[in-house]
Amino acid sequence: MDKYEKISMVVNGKAYSLEVDIRESLLEVLRNRLHLTGVKQGCSVGECGACTVLIDGLPVNSCIYLAVWADGRKITTIEGVSKEGELSKVQQAFVDEGAVQCGFCTPGLVLTATALTESGRKYSDEEIKREISGHLCRCTGYSKIFNAVKRALDADC
Amino acid sequence: MFDIVNIEKPGTLEAALEMLSRNPELKIIAGGTDVLIKMRNGALEEAELLSLRNIPGMDEIRILDNGTISIGAMATFAKIARSSIINENLPVLSEAAVSVGGPQIRNMATIGGNICNGAVSADSAATLLAYNAELKLLSRSGSRTVPVSEFYAGPGKVNLLPAEILTDILIPEAGYGRTSGCYIKYSGRKAMDIAMLGVSAVYKAEGGKFSDVRIALGVAAPVPIRCSEAEAYAIGKEISDETMKETGRYAVKSSRARDSWRASKAYREHLIEVLVFRALKEAVIRGGGVDIG
Repeated sequence: MDKYEKISMVVNGKAYSLEVDIRESLLEVLRNRLHLTGVKQGCSVGECGACTVLIDGLPVNSCIYLAVWADGRKITTIEGVSKEGELSKVQQAFVDEGAVQCGFCTPGLVLTATALTESGRKYSDEEIKREISGHLCRCTGYSKIFNAVKRALDADC
Repeated sequence: MFDIVNIEKPGTLEAALEMLSRNPELKIIAGGTDVLIKMRNGALEEAELLSLRNIPGMDEIRILDNGTISIGAMATFAKIARSSIINENLPVLSEAAVSVGGPQIRNMATIGGNICNGAVSADSAATLLAYNAELKLLSRSGSRTVPVSEFYAGPGKVNLLPAEILTDILIPEAGYGRTSGCYIKYSGRKAMDIAMLGVSAVYKAEGGKFSDVRIALGVAAPVPIRCSEAEAYAIGKEISDETMKETGRYAVKSSRARDSWRASKAYREHLIEVLVFRALKEAVIRGGGVDIG
């Protein structure tokens, strides 16, 4: 027996109203229904961070977040980060620092870094490391990613 | 897709309790970071869920008139770690909260869920034990308050009746007032890991001596425990490295560590001895050395 529920959410500034299966994760709805394939499916158990999106501004693993919970929420995916073809300062910092290799972890990391820059807070190096610790990257060894996040935060000051 | 048959999302606690009493099969889901993963692993099938996310106010953190700190069961670890009430009064809980998973997990996982799933490795459990926390459990027939020390029944088992919901975690002032403490999570990685051992130490001092010492361990027995032998040894003793080292040795006696793939019994016992000493010592340093009672 399939069971559907109607939800309304704003994704990347655009309002959506759609029927979702109660068994679906937000990740599945974003990828399969809204075709926002920048949201990556990695481990599916909230460990790798590839599926990270911002829900009301906070980084969350969308693979373990039920789609029905998104009702009334504001979601940001990597597709909503650049504005009118211009890279955001976080995206530019990732480019400048060469912090992208295969790219699978990049959307999630850019979103977490975006949440950090939007928090208006200052972060020590240790705090930056802690804040990006929920993302696994199997290519770069993290130094360039750390540098990119730091650069994006410094650009803020 | 998760193996979910039905999900209820009541907007009030009364409605939630009503649904729970009508359908005892309902499984309560809070942040979802444990329940949904159990489903992914096939450990929970054809689930009928009761989501508490739509009930407003269940994540409030406040100080009651009598000084008791009340933490709503739906407060996320991110919220707890940021809360000024927690940082000022229960700094050890803030330290434990920040050690949970990673940032995204802390934005979802709740303290109530962490306690109710009964995991011995729950990062909040040892610290709540050390602060003498109490749990407020609500059902349609009324509410009861149980000390967290009486809540754990066995691995993954807690004394939560089928029709009950944990609404608040209460820390009376006697549990946290004029204390200093420290939480040490020992794990293979600094983030996104489960504790091999969790140690929470809280103390009060008077005239250079320990007047109150509370030591709690996670992953040292089938359930999170207090080390009564170690506490009894330390109370009344002079605050010194020797006292604290001996307290660590006594803590091993209270434990029932076992071999697991994460760590052997012998290694865990070594960790208990060393880390109880370190946690207590750090607590004393933070407390300004002596005389904080």
